[in-house]
Amino acid sequence: MQKLYTNIIQIAGDVITVEAENVGNTEMAQVTTGRRTSLAQVIRLDGKKVFLQVFAGSRGISTGDKVRFLGHPMRIATGTTLLGRIFNGSGMPLDNGPALSDNLIDIGGPPVNPVKRIIPDKMIRTGIPMIDVFNSLVVSQKLPVFSIAGEPYNELLASIATQAEVDIIILGGMGLKYDDYLFFKDTLEEHGALSHSIVFMHTAADPVVECLLVPDISLAVAENFALEGKRVLVLLTDMSNFCDALKEIAITMQQIPSNRGYPGDLYSQLAARYEKAVDFDTAGSITILAATTMPGDDVTHPIPDNTGYITEGQFYLKNAVIEPFGSLSRLKQQVNGKTRDDHRTIMDTMIQLFADYRETQEKQAMGFQMSAWDIKLLKYGKLFEDKMMSLKVNIPLEKALDLGWEILHDCFSPDETGIKRSMIDKHWPK
Amino acid sequence: MTAPRKGRITKINGNMVTVRFDSPVMQNEVAYILHAGERLKSEIIRVHGNLAEMQVYEATSGLKIGEEVEFTGELLSVELGPGMLGQIFDGLQNPLPEVARQCGFFLKRGVYIEALSDTRVWDFTPLVKPGDRVRAGDKIGFVVEKIFRHYCMVPFSLSGNFEIVFIENAGSFTIRQPVAQIKEPNGKIHPVYLSQHWPVKIPIKAYAEKLKPGEPLVTRMRLIDSLFPVARGGTYCIPGPFGAGKTVLQQLTSRHAEVDVVVIAACGERAGEVVETIKTFPALIDPRTNRPLSDRTVIICNTSSMPVAARESSVYTAVTIAEYYRQMGLNVLLLADSTSRWAQAMREMSGRLEEIPGEEAFPAYLESRIASFYERAGVVRLYDGSTGSVTIGGAVSPAGGNFEEPVTQATLKVVGAFHGLSRSRSDARRYPAIDPLISWSKYRSFIDEKQEERGHGILRKGNDVAQMMKVVGEEGTSLSDYTDYLKGEFFDSVYLQQNAFDAVDEATPRERQIYVFDFIYRIMESEFFVEDKGTALHFFQQLRQLFKGWNSAPWQSEEYEKTEKEIRAFLLKRLKKG
Repeated sequence: MQKLYTNIIQIAGDVITVEAENVGNTEMAQVTTGRRTSLAQVIRLDGKKVFLQVFAGSRGISTGDKVRFLGHPMRIATGTTLLGRIFNGSGMPLDNGPALSDNLIDIGGPPVNPVKRIIPDKMIRTGIPMIDVFNSLVVSQKLPVFSIAGEPYNELLASIATQAEVDIIILGGMGLKYDDYLFFKDTLEEHGALSHSIVFMHTAADPVVECLLVPDISLAVAENFALEGKRVLVLLTDMSNFCDALKEIAITMQQIPSNRGYPGDLYSQLAARYEKAVDFDTAGSITILAATTMPGDDVTHPIPDNTGYITEGQFYLKNAVIEPFGSLSRLKQQVNGKTRDDHRTIMDTMIQLFADYRETQEKQAMGFQMSAWDIKLLKYGKLFEDKMMSLKVNIPLEKALDLGWEILHDCFSPDETGIKRSMIDKHWPK
Repeated sequence: MTAPRKGRITKINGNMVTVRFDSPVMQNEVAYILHAGERLKSEIIRVHGNLAEMQVYEATSGLKIGEEVEFTGELLSVELGPGMLGQIFDGLQNPLPEVARQCGFFLKRGVYIEALSDTRVWDFTPLVKPGDRVRAGDKIGFVVEKIFRHYCMVPFSLSGNFEIVFIENAGSFTIRQPVAQIKEPNGKIHPVYLSQHWPVKIPIKAYAEKLKPGEPLVTRMRLIDSLFPVARGGTYCIPGPFGAGKTVLQQLTSRHAEVDVVVIAACGERAGEVVETIKTFPALIDPRTNRPLSDRTVIICNTSSMPVAARESSVYTAVTIAEYYRQMGLNVLLLADSTSRWAQAMREMSGRLEEIPGEEAFPAYLESRIASFYERAGVVRLYDGSTGSVTIGGAVSPAGGNFEEPVTQATLKVVGAFHGLSRSRSDARRYPAIDPLISWSKYRSFIDEKQEERGHGILRKGNDVAQMMKVVGEEGTSLSDYTDYLKGEFFDSVYLQQNAFDAVDEATPRERQIYVFDFIYRIMESEFFVEDKGTALHFFQQLRQLFKGWNSAPWQSEEYEKTEKEIRAFLLKRLKKG
C-alpha cells in the first residue's frame, strides 16, 4: 500500500502541489475528496514539492484531502474488449459497460525508430474527387482538417471514417458539444461501424485536464492494435481544444508563454501525438485525421501553423467544400503515380487552370472586359466547382479522371491546357 | 582513473533537470542520470552556485528527486572515422538501424550504441614514414570508404608540430587499433587511430586558411543555378510557409547537387518524410558515380517526436561530420531541415530556464547561435594545398509563413543567398515555388551576366504589367506591355518551373542551362508579329507547349534536336525581321 499524503500546500487552476518524497516524474496519483476520487498526474518536481494536474479538476479539493501515489505512469486497457465501447478522457466507461483493467499499457510511449517505418504507399479511397484526385489520402498519413467553427468538419471526418477501408476506428473527442458526440455515435452506428470502433470522449462540460489525455489514450490503444497488424484510423476532434487546454495548464504553471500565450513546447506537444501515425515494417498502421478549427479562419494562428509543419498536409474546409488552394496531401505522390498514368497530369493542369479562373473572377468582379480566354476560364471554373468540388460528388477515382478530361475538352483546345503532347494524344476525348 | 564525480537531482521540469554537485563541473559537460538501471544522457547548460541545470536527451518520466547523476568530464562529442557514409544517425550519433536491430520498433531510452563499428577492419595504406613532421589535420594514411579515400588524420585537437615515430605498414585495422605514433617536441607520444573524437559545438579548424567562396555549386535546379546561385562553401536559406515545397526541394538538391558528400540533418521533421529519404536513397543510383546515392550521404535524423534536446544537438552533429569530410579535401553539402525546429528547441529550453525572453519568446542569443552555425560553412585551403568545402543550406519554417519573424531575419543576415518560397506560387502549382521577385543571391552564376540581368528584368517587367492589369484591365494595357507580360510568364513556366516528377526535367545540367537560357534570351530580345492580344496569348501558349516537350527530352537526344528544330521553325514564322 502506497503512503497517503495530506499536505496539499497549493491549489492553482487544476494543478495542486503536495509535499511528498520518492515520487517519479509523470507518475499517477489518486486524489480523494469528500465527494469523489480523481486521477492526477505529476507534471513537475521541485525538492519535496510535487505538482499534480488533477484530471477531474480542482473544484472542491481541500487542503486536507488525501493524495496517494500509484507508482506508475498513466495506463490504459487495450485489446478487443474495448471494441464498441465508449470511455471518457481518463478511460472510465461512459456507456454503462464494465470498467476495463486488462492488458494495461503505458500511454505516451517512446517514439518509433524511423528505420522501422515503411514508406507510406497505400491509397485510402474516399470517393471524394477533391481528395482522391487532387490530394489523395494515404495509409499512415497524419492530416488535419483545417476549418472554422460552423463548417461541417465533423461530418467530413465521419464520412471519410465510414467509407475508408480500415480495421479499427478510434474516435478521440476533445471539448465536443454533446450534440456532436451523439452525431458521431449515431453515424458510426448507422453505418455499422461502431462494432469496430472505440470512442474516448471529452465533452465541453468535462474538466479541462481530461481533454489533454484524449489523444494519448486514443493513440496508445491504436498503437497496440497496429502492432498486432491492424490498420487503425484515429479521428481526433477538435485539436484546437487540446491546444487551448495545454495553454491553460501552462499558464497556471507560470511557464513563460511564447506565441499568443501558447506554451513554448506547443510544437513538441503536437508532434509527440501526430508522429504516432505510422506504417510499421511487418505490422499494422495508424492513420490520423484531426479537426483543427482555426480561430478567425487564420492559418497563421499558432495552432494551425504548428500543426501544418508537423502533419503531412491538410484538407482546408471552407464554405463546405475542400479548397483546392491551401489543401495539400504531402504523401499523394507516393500513390498517385501508380493509379493511372494521367492522374498527375489531370491533378496539376486542372488546378493551374483553376488558379487562372480565380484571377479572371477577380477581374470580372472589378468590371473589366472579358477576353475570349477569360470566357473560357469562367466556363471551366463553373464546371469544376459543380462537378468536382462539391462534397456531394461520390465517384471512384477513375470516373473522376475521365470527368476531368471531359471538362477540359468542353472548355479548351489541347494546346491551351499546357499538357504534354504525348498525354494529349492518349487521353484527349475524341 | 579517478572515481566519477557525482551529483543528485533536486528539481525536474519537463526535460530539464537540476542537479546538486559537490566537485567542480564544466559548462556543456555531459552527464548521465542513473535511473532504475538506465543511464540517461544529459548536458549541463547552466550552473548556479552548486546547482547544475541540465537538458536531458531523453524522456524524463519516472525520474525522482535524489537520484544520482554521474559527470563525465567531457563535452558532447562525435566519433569521426570510416563507416559514416551511408549511415543513419540520430542527433547523438546513435546508428538507428543498429538501434532497431537491438530494440525493435521503438527508440528505447538510455540505449547508446557506438557510432562506428569497432570490429570492422579497414585496409590501411600509410602516406608518411618515421621521421616525417606532421601537425593536426595532416594526412598520415588512408582507407577506402565507399567511393572515397578516407584519410586518417592527425587528431584535430592536438596543437604544435609532431614527429612520426612509428607508422604501420599497409594492412587491416579496426578503428580501435593505433596505426601510428607521433611525438611532441617534449617527447610525449600520442597514438593515432583511424577515428578520432571531436566536440560538436566547436568548429574544426585544422586548415591553413578560409577562402572566399566563388565557384558556383551546381544544383541542377534551373531557377537556383541560373538566377539565385549558391557558391561552393557558401550558405543559403530556404524559408517558406508549410506546404510550399521545402522538403521536396531539399530532396531534389540532395540528389542532384554536384558535390562529393551530402549530410542531411532532419531536425525535428516529419518521420514520414525522413523515412522516405532513408528508404529511397539506398536504391537511387548517383548518375555521376553509378553507385548508390547513399554511398556519399550521411543522414542525421531526429524526427519531431524525438526528445527536444537531441533535436538541438542534431545540427551540430551534422555540421561536425561535414567539416570532417572537408578536412579530407572533399566538397560537402549540409542540408538542415529545419533550422526553425532547432531554434524552437532552444526556445523550449530557454523557457524552462526561465530566461528573459526576446522577440517571440526566442532567447536573446538566438542570432549569435544562428550566425555561428552558418559561419561553419566555407571553402578552406588545407595544409597540403588542396581545398575542401562545406556548403550549408538551411530550411526555415517561419511561424505563420511570415518572413519578418526572428529566425528568418537572423538567418538572412548571415547567408549568401535567399530562396524565398511563396504560398501563392505553390498554390498555382509553380514549382519550385521559389519566388523570383523576393529571392536574392550574392554569388555569381554561370549564366552570362547580361543574359541573367535580362532574365530578372523580364520577370520584374512581367510582374509590373500584371499588377497594372489588375487596375486598368487587359484592355487598358498596350500590346507591347502585354507581350512583355507574356514573355515573363513564358520564361517562368518553361524555365523557372521544373517538373519534379519528370525524369529529365527534374534536373538540368550546367551546359543545358547555359544553352537554353541563351535560347530564351534571344526570344526575349526578339519582336514577333502578333496582331492583337489574343494572337499574342495563343502564340506564347503554343510556344510554351513546344518548350515543355523540349524540357522533358534528354539533353542532345534525337527528340531534343527534333523539338529544337520545331521550335525554331515555329518562331521563324512570326519573327519580325530586324
